[in-house]
Amino acid sequence: MVDGQWLMKKTEAVQASCVNHEPSNINHPARRVMLREKYKTEIDHILSRYPVRRSALLPLLYLAQEEDGYVTEAAMKEIAGLLRLTPSQVYETVTFYTMLNLKPVGRFHIQVCKSLMCALVGSDTVIGWLNTRVGVGPGETTADKLFTLSVVECLGACGTGPMMQINDEYYERLTEDKVDRILADLKRDGTSPLKTGPFMWPEPAGERCQ
Amino acid sequence: MRQYELILTKNMMQPGYTGLREEYERAGGYQALRKVLGKIPPAGVTELVMKSGLRGRGGAGFPTGVKWGFLPKDYRGPKYLCCNADESEPGTFKDRQLMERDPHQLLEGMVLAAYAIGAETSYIYIRGEFVLGARILEKAIGEARAAGYIGTNVLGSGITADVWVHRGAGAYICGEETALLESLEGKRGLPRVKPPFPATHGLYGKPTVVNNVETLANLPHIVDRGPEWFASIGSPPKSTGTRVFCVSGHVKRPGNYEVPMGITVRELVYEHAGGMRSDKPLKAFIPGGASAPFLTPEHLDVKLDFESVAQAGSMLGSGGVTVMEEGTSMVWAALRLMEFFYHESCGKCSPCREGSSWLTQTLRRILDGRGRTTDLDTLTELCKNIAGRTVCAFGDAEVAPIESTLKYWRHEYEALIKAAAHHAVDGHGSGSGLLMPAGRH
Repeated sequence: MVDGQWLMKKTEAVQASCVNHEPSNINHPARRVMLREKYKTEIDHILSRYPVRRSALLPLLYLAQEEDGYVTEAAMKEIAGLLRLTPSQVYETVTFYTMLNLKPVGRFHIQVCKSLMCALVGSDTVIGWLNTRVGVGPGETTADKLFTLSVVECLGACGTGPMMQINDEYYERLTEDKVDRILADLKRDGTSPLKTGPFMWPEPAGERCQ
Repeated sequence: MRQYELILTKNMMQPGYTGLREEYERAGGYQALRKVLGKIPPAGVTELVMKSGLRGRGGAGFPTGVKWGFLPKDYRGPKYLCCNADESEPGTFKDRQLMERDPHQLLEGMVLAAYAIGAETSYIYIRGEFVLGARILEKAIGEARAAGYIGTNVLGSGITADVWVHRGAGAYICGEETALLESLEGKRGLPRVKPPFPATHGLYGKPTVVNNVETLANLPHIVDRGPEWFASIGSPPKSTGTRVFCVSGHVKRPGNYEVPMGITVRELVYEHAGGMRSDKPLKAFIPGGASAPFLTPEHLDVKLDFESVAQAGSMLGSGGVTVMEEGTSMVWAALRLMEFFYHESCGKCSPCREGSSWLTQTLRRILDGRGRTTDLDTLTELCKNIAGRTVCAFGDAEVAPIESTLKYWRHEYEALIKAAAHHAVDGHGSGSGLLMPAGRH
């Protein structure tokens, strides 16, 4: 699909959601699992940690994202209700944070750091490798919805660059061969043993580099 | 290579150390807490910390005991302790190691601090990407709670000290202490106007202390071995103790190195980090994270302590030392950092919000060979109008890479602009353009 067509579709969708006061089918509360039903204990536990309900917003948004793959409009509305906020208070918070996705991402969200420290040791090359291997550019998702490639700012692993984060895991000191192995592992097993464990660098004596 | 006594990274350097509670206890852990509870009054702990000379390890280097002392003395309502584990300053990756390898050291430090300031509830605000770190801390908190180190009636003392992990969600600015508090309150992470300071109006408007991970991890050792011992390490009287320096960039052995403050950059880079990765000499380094101005090979003998680095025109900051070899374009390096700051500007103050965009575009234009002779003045003028004119220190930070590279490597900027002018005369390029060329973002 060319850019223009995509934009048209997007515009139509936005207009539709603006004129239609009923939630769209996909996000209709009746059609999805309510967080408060599925995660009641967890939500109660989260709320108990804070004297002010709104503090539970980020933790609940994480729950929602885990459930749906991204933060849906329906989830934002439900969370607003749970925390006695307006939906727009939830939305304004969501849009501030880069880790909260407002649209679906692939099963594996690859985020490559491109900030100076990683760039000095070759992050741009890593982005090129991934681009070729996965077949999509930054900000894009593969047609099979397996991989989304993002280029991001500093992830706090500057001594072990170039590095990338895939879903919850860090992969560091990347080489071309390592990137290939990680991608193959993920496709085959859904996980890779090349992910970083409890971090320490340089490694203490007696621990082997992966 | 000179070897120094390790304090914060001592346990984790032991082969097989996994940071479980029993191991931490075997290594002498939680003895400081036992030494304090019921024996030393809270004010006594603050006094110990003041005497030790401990200064914040997050970036600003504010004396920790003094910060605690700002809390109102007779306040009866709730107070809070927040551990700043956002570790968002590019070049910095020490807190991740301290949390993931020895979580109980941090927890013991937190309970000591919470006791000293009278906070019954503490939060660890950890950057969202550190999922493993958050899990490790949750597990450690569970272990500590089961052993009575955390929770109600800590070690039978009647003191309540609860600790919770709170994950951020991807925002550099949440490392700024008031932005951190906003974020913890479930809002956008916009820094607050100060004063009032968190000491009086912090989390939920209550008296609050925000301390960095490394700062808090030092506390058990200060209590255990005494403030005099701590004050004798490093460059007393103003820079006491060790720092876990994070070395990145073009060195042979990048990584975390715990050394006493006051060793030279040369020693850190050439001995601990193994020197330059290839035969190219060192061209530039940043001594304290992305917010610290660049320095040159002439500064290699500067001592890594708060005063010396400040005197050299930069700052010790978060301890992130990034090394660049000969051949690295300084305009490119400045742009990479500027792109970071542009992306991370929270948008609250217009000088920073707009200025970071203009600076990025101007730098990009120069690097792309479309620079104009007026561009250096534009950069200087923009920097002057951002630094010191924003609510938080972000404004000062974002101009540091540009001002310092302009100061030491102005000829690189000029060469690029000169080449662009020739290019334009040749008729191959426009050489001019809008201040904000469309589509450059």
